[in-house]
Amino acid sequence: MGAILKYIKGYTKRIINGVSIKLAGTIAELLIPYILEYMIDGIVPKASKSGTYLPILAWGAVMIVLAITVRYCNITANRMAASVARDSIRAVRHDLFDKTNSLSGARFDAFTLPSLISRMTSDTYNVQSFIGMIQRIGIRAPIMLFGGVLLTAMMDPVLSIILICMIPFLGIFIFTITRKGVPLYKKVQEKVDRMVCIMREDITGIRVVKALSKTEHEIKRFHSINNELTVQDIKAGATMVAPGPIMNLCLNIGLTLVVIVGAYRVNSGTMQRGVILAFLTYFNMILMAVMGLNKVFMAYSKASASAERIEKVMADPEDMPVYKDDKSGVGVPFITFENVSFSYPEEDENSGGFTREKCLDNINFTLNKGESLGIMGSTGCGKTTIINLLMRFYDADEGRVYVDGKDVRCYDRETLRKKFGVVFQSDTVFADTLYENINFGRSIEPGRVKEAAKDAMVADFIENLDEQYKYKAAIKGANLSGGQKQRVLIARALAAKPDILVFDDSSSALDYKTDANLRKAINENYEGTTLITVAQRISSVMNMDKIIVLEDGRMIGYGSHEELKNSCDVYREIYDSQMGAMPALRGRI
Amino acid sequence: MARRESVIEKPKGKPKKIFRRLLKYAGLYKWAFLFALLLSIISNLLSLVGPKLSGSAIDAIGGRGSVDFDKVFYYAKLMLIFYIASSVLSYALSILMMNIGRNITRGMRNEVFEKLMTLPVGYFDRHQAGDIISRVSYDIDVINSSLSTDVVQILSSIITVVGSLAMMISVCPILVIVVLITIPMSVIYTKYMTGRTRPLFSKRSAKYGEMNGFTEEMFSGQKTICAYAHEEKTMEDFDKINEGAVEAYFDAEYYGTMVGPTVNFINNFSLALIATFGSLLYMGFGGISITLGQISSFVLYSRKFSGPINEAANIISDFQSALAAAERVFKVLDEEEEVQDIEGAAELNEVQGNVELQSVSFGYTKDKTIIHDLNLKALAGKLTAIVGPTGAGKTTIINLLMRFYDVQKGSILVDDKEIKTITRKSLRKAYAMVLQDTWVFRGTVFENIAYGKENATKEEVINAAKAARIHTYIMRLPKGYDTVIGEDGVNISKGQRQLLTIARAMLLDAKMLILDEATSNVDTRTEIQIQQAMRELMHDKTCFVIAHRLSTVRNADNILVVNNGDVVEQGTHDSLMNKKGFYYKLYASQFE
Repeated sequence: MGAILKYIKGYTKRIINGVSIKLAGTIAELLIPYILEYMIDGIVPKASKSGTYLPILAWGAVMIVLAITVRYCNITANRMAASVARDSIRAVRHDLFDKTNSLSGARFDAFTLPSLISRMTSDTYNVQSFIGMIQRIGIRAPIMLFGGVLLTAMMDPVLSIILICMIPFLGIFIFTITRKGVPLYKKVQEKVDRMVCIMREDITGIRVVKALSKTEHEIKRFHSINNELTVQDIKAGATMVAPGPIMNLCLNIGLTLVVIVGAYRVNSGTMQRGVILAFLTYFNMILMAVMGLNKVFMAYSKASASAERIEKVMADPEDMPVYKDDKSGVGVPFITFENVSFSYPEEDENSGGFTREKCLDNINFTLNKGESLGIMGSTGCGKTTIINLLMRFYDADEGRVYVDGKDVRCYDRETLRKKFGVVFQSDTVFADTLYENINFGRSIEPGRVKEAAKDAMVADFIENLDEQYKYKAAIKGANLSGGQKQRVLIARALAAKPDILVFDDSSSALDYKTDANLRKAINENYEGTTLITVAQRISSVMNMDKIIVLEDGRMIGYGSHEELKNSCDVYREIYDSQMGAMPALRGRI
Repeated sequence: MARRESVIEKPKGKPKKIFRRLLKYAGLYKWAFLFALLLSIISNLLSLVGPKLSGSAIDAIGGRGSVDFDKVFYYAKLMLIFYIASSVLSYALSILMMNIGRNITRGMRNEVFEKLMTLPVGYFDRHQAGDIISRVSYDIDVINSSLSTDVVQILSSIITVVGSLAMMISVCPILVIVVLITIPMSVIYTKYMTGRTRPLFSKRSAKYGEMNGFTEEMFSGQKTICAYAHEEKTMEDFDKINEGAVEAYFDAEYYGTMVGPTVNFINNFSLALIATFGSLLYMGFGGISITLGQISSFVLYSRKFSGPINEAANIISDFQSALAAAERVFKVLDEEEEVQDIEGAAELNEVQGNVELQSVSFGYTKDKTIIHDLNLKALAGKLTAIVGPTGAGKTTIINLLMRFYDVQKGSILVDDKEIKTITRKSLRKAYAMVLQDTWVFRGTVFENIAYGKENATKEEVINAAKAARIHTYIMRLPKGYDTVIGEDGVNISKGQRQLLTIARAMLLDAKMLILDEATSNVDTRTEIQIQQAMRELMHDKTCFVIAHRLSTVRNADNILVVNNGDVVEQGTHDSLMNKKGFYYKLYASQFE
């Protein structure tokens, strides 16, 4: 909670104002039953004697004025509290968003995407609610509680002992229930997660489930988890509904005791009857306060967990600083990998006991400006990792990566990345116009955007739309087909005429014809551009100047198409299978 | 993550109809509900007696030296009994309602899930998994919490208000005038405020949802944003959305936080009025006299009003959310199911594997036919390939073969039997299938392979795994065949997942095989490695292969070329190449 408090600190003045107003309101509220007692025990007997009703009406008016004051104070203070919550969380979110966007690939992976999203959304929301709540109820409830006890003690110390005895009892009780309840609800959550998991499996695999006629089996599986969930839910619920009735009972027992003890006190003349009446009212107020405190505690446990998760991201140390240029890159080819080795950091959780092997092992290659490189290899062999190191999403464990005569670690990150136009594997089309998706905030001139769209073979599609370039893509481009998305992404990469173009498996959703046309367009219109293509189709890379064949992170082939056909068995195998020299699937004819 | 914040949403359908349908679920627990109502009435009535008793007790406390202790103790004893009984009953009531609610939830979940399993596969293509899941988990929860708590709450509120009023009248009719001022005040105010705040709260939810969506999108694309140094622009956009979200929060709070203090005010206000008028009456004003005990009872009764009034607003919005949620759940329940087997459908036994399509026409919607008059013969053991550009509708034919959908015209025959006359289960059993999306579930490796064959022995599974060339890999796993694969198969690679699904298909021993872009997820290198396994799988089977690598289909006995949903050409590789049509162009383009 510490780091979040810093954000709130800036509003200390407003908070103090709010709390003071709240304090005034609460005290005013506490006075109301006091006046009630005074009216009955003090004014009424006197007024009876003098026969004038004026003092009663006057005190009644005072009570109403107090009630109005209480309302005014509470509302004002609540609004101030809400404004503090608003302003502080706005800043928290801004900083958290900023920080998340600047996380390195390694750190981003360590936190995982869903977790980062929920930190940004539900966690900041929890903290916001709590900041508002603690100022509203967190102040009022304790004052109510202690003020109530104090005033009752002033009225009649003996009678107030009943109250004072009951408070710790209630406190311990609430504390115990909450402590018991939290782990129970955790278990419920686990069952819910399991149920969701089963549903997700069945929905994504519905074709398999149906094809194998396993629907009954799946229904049974669902029934059983659903039953487990219900049982667990009822168990947790039975504990958590207890406080309400029990607190009510405590209060009512207290009331009864007040009446009995009060009877003795009145009989002995040490107390007046009106006090009993006031006490009953205070009891109600105090009960409300205790319930409010209970709420605050519950909210606190939730909010502090959330705050911790937010702070963890914010406090994450910068793991990829910009190094001082040692000029070692002067004179090396445009892109150079020098003895580069890398393995992804161990995941924090859920690695399932599978240790990660070295992802890249001693990679060496050079590329001159304007040359093209193809990277081939099986899934998980490290193709994408080469791109990740080249653009410095991660830092290599060993060896060095140079771009344009400088170690990538010595670049200001923005300068480095501006050299690239890239389409990642499963890249994102954002919910914005197609124009903006291609332009992507770079103020590229409109003519250039259209040219890029043309080169990416997507201009025809766009220009046939009613809104043309103003056509709005849905979130994640859901209203575009796979091929359309990919072409928009390629247009984005081309638009700024970058020094280096990187396509990570980006032609897989394109049919051969489009793929071929695209390659032609790049050859013709982007001559000085260095091109790096990661692909599975041999036809996508065979015309490149250099080709790397990767296996388990090692380079098992490096050279031109012709060279590799002679020197690399694996490459030849792939070539044969894809280009049809060997019957791929039909060995039986 | 779905936010567990009640989104106030107005149901779009007819609320009365939805409500009546919801009541049916409650009807299943009619007796439990009636019992709950009874408990609720008794418990509330018992607690209503309390203030009257305490008033009487106070009256028995005359003053110094004149306390009637017998009476005080008598009333105190009654108070205790009534209060304890009321608390016990209200606890029992909570437990009962919770049980009813959870059981209704369980029933609804089962019902929806069972329904889901009967829906055609197309439903799952059209709806996002997250959306379906949230209907089953979140929406049903919303309905339940409203059903189980609100019903009782409404009832007990009514009892409390009416009961308190009755008790007040019995205590002192004149003082009731006070309540006649404060009750309308509360009602008018609450009504005004709910009207005022509801749009604000739904705006808050909407803005918040907007922020969620934006965050999710931007974080998913974080790498792209970094790659294009787009951070500043993104930050600006986020700031705008964030501003909208916090402002909407503040607007809602601005009015929302008025409700508590105002209800509190009405409470204090009525206390002041009762104190004033009570004191006046106590003094004998206007010739009516009233005791101190009566004032006390009155104060306590008037306090009882605040609860229900405060709750009313919440209940109304809860209820509206529940109706909206119910509408979404009912929508699933009203979806059209897969067509049932015809009566007396035969089992398909001893399959040869001869498949024939006779002038088949089909469209996903009735008004749009995409396959026109398709004729196709796939004899036992032959290979049929289906090729075409992405999104051309290659999967449609598979959907028809497996009877995920029924043809509109014409017929499909397996071993000369019209497939509509045989049970769906036995038809599907005749096919083995390996799909592009390699599907594994959280369970052991063994369970995953044996999924299609009940009571598969360990030996059979191992043999299948060996045939699929994955046995050695499995043995290297920490617990071999008992290793649990995580959700979505996170801990094994795509290639290995594909091999697992091949092993699963191997175990089936079906006569017909469907490969739906089965190797598009694995790269060529892995493809070569599993080729042998594939070949073994295809041996002796009637195969239908969807592929976008044309090299893999060259040797097919028959090639269907699909474009824009329809089959445009059909024939062997050589005949299609000679024809120089669509297939020729498609094939030639990969060498350009």
